[in-house]
Amino acid sequence: MPATKQLTKGNEALAMGAVAGGCDCFFGYPITPQNEVPEVLSYEMPKRGRVFVQAESEVASINMVYGAAAAGKRAMTSSSSPGISLMMEGVSYIACAELPCLIVNVMRGGPGLGSITPSQGDYFQACKGGGHGDYHCIVLAPWNVQEMYEFPALGFELADRYRCPAMILADGVLGAMMEPATIRDDDAPPDVPEKPWATSGRNGRNHKNIVNSLVIEPYGLRDHNLKLQAKYAKMQCETRWDTRHTDDAEILLVAYGIAARLALSACKLARKQGVNAGLLRPITLYPFPSDAIVECAAGKKRVLVVELSSGQMVEDVRLAINGKVPVDFYGEMGGVIPSPADICRKIMEAVQ
Amino acid sequence: MLEQTVLAGFGGQGVLMMGKLLASAAMDEGLYASWLPSYGPEMRGGTANCIVVVSDEEIGSPVSDACDAIVVMNQPSLEKFESKVRPDGTLIINKSIVPVETTRKDVNAHYLEADDIAEKNCDANRSANVVMLGALQSVRQILKSDSVRRAIACSFKSKGQQVIDANLAAFAAGTNALRTEPIGPTR
Repeated sequence: MPATKQLTKGNEALAMGAVAGGCDCFFGYPITPQNEVPEVLSYEMPKRGRVFVQAESEVASINMVYGAAAAGKRAMTSSSSPGISLMMEGVSYIACAELPCLIVNVMRGGPGLGSITPSQGDYFQACKGGGHGDYHCIVLAPWNVQEMYEFPALGFELADRYRCPAMILADGVLGAMMEPATIRDDDAPPDVPEKPWATSGRNGRNHKNIVNSLVIEPYGLRDHNLKLQAKYAKMQCETRWDTRHTDDAEILLVAYGIAARLALSACKLARKQGVNAGLLRPITLYPFPSDAIVECAAGKKRVLVVELSSGQMVEDVRLAINGKVPVDFYGEMGGVIPSPADICRKIMEAVQ
Repeated sequence: MLEQTVLAGFGGQGVLMMGKLLASAAMDEGLYASWLPSYGPEMRGGTANCIVVVSDEEIGSPVSDACDAIVVMNQPSLEKFESKVRPDGTLIINKSIVPVETTRKDVNAHYLEADDIAEKNCDANRSANVVMLGALQSVRQILKSDSVRRAIACSFKSKGQQVIDANLAAFAAGTNALRTEPIGPTR
């Protein structure tokens, strides 16, 4: 496919990635630090005859996504932490109604209105529900601008495959930073699977398609939940992860997104000081690459989880490793970015 | 190779642009590059800055508190960032509007009157940022001057040949400024 390497801002790459990923409709409400996403889509979508709506609120945005997804369209929204909180009811409805869509969270410091600086405090919200009820989103964590460009298409693809909302969990640094990224020049639409369940008109069928998230009868809702759980079990084969310098490592760092970038630099610093450190980076946060982490951590002295939070993903790492290797944690909150030197100090403390 | 550079000044002095020129030139040479602006709450007239990382291998952290070089366009930036340069690193300071010198004794500080040079060479102090970029290039030489010139030509393309030429002249003037005025680490 024809493509050019361009110095691109993360948020802009994400917007162009959504266009390339066949997004039909975008609904959103402004919030820092993701505003370049709707900005770019506000002119790129109408140019192609696609839908861009700046909604009156986040609640409206997610419900517009619900409607467009029910009609079989590739629909998305983008926001940042407080805005995503407002959307949670809608996400739960979409998950229950088994609709595919894409939700982007460019995380900022919380809780509350918090700050506009980068954070990873929304891991629990993204991976453990967030809204009510027993549901999951597929959660993808990019770590560079190239992945900001590629993950919208991947998110749509996985969402369609499992009829489940997909979420891209980025942060303020990834949104604001520029890096060379390979961006497609053409506008060829991706392959989108048939959606025979869509409420897009009867089209000669002998039955009505109904999209609904109300299952009032308890056994009926139990059965629906069992179906959802079976789907989440099937989804476990979609785990993705990436490693750097793990083969000879005595300590394994586990981090995602921007924290993984900081951790990679810390590994290099540690190696200069004679400690072989390696990195495993979960790319899918749900489903979580537990098996890969167990396998990679086997034989290592220690595991160090690094997050821009008080320690959220570390719980899943500890569950996976189940006490076989000691797991340490280092995190910063509120939009503070630890330096690689800070992380390197924690590596040194851990191996001593 | 790993080169971490902070570019800092008032909003409007073109420090983000300066960083983009560096990152574009690095990309042009097939190197890895990252550019990260400060986007936190800033008051009007406060400082704007960005950090550019250039490397021949995959870049981990896009931030650093031990930079190789810092380009200082105004006095608040000197106060804010002089502690962020590593020992033996480089400080390039715009003497036109920074009336003080660095308090660091363990770095290589270079001073030039970027606003005045820009005005003299290109009839406008707007290109002081590119003068500073030229000075940085003459001291650090991480990238090829040709790639930086290509980045300048490419970035100002939409503004016409006159603007491109003015900026190329500013770049050349900045490159020569430290050569003709050897006031380096001893100052």
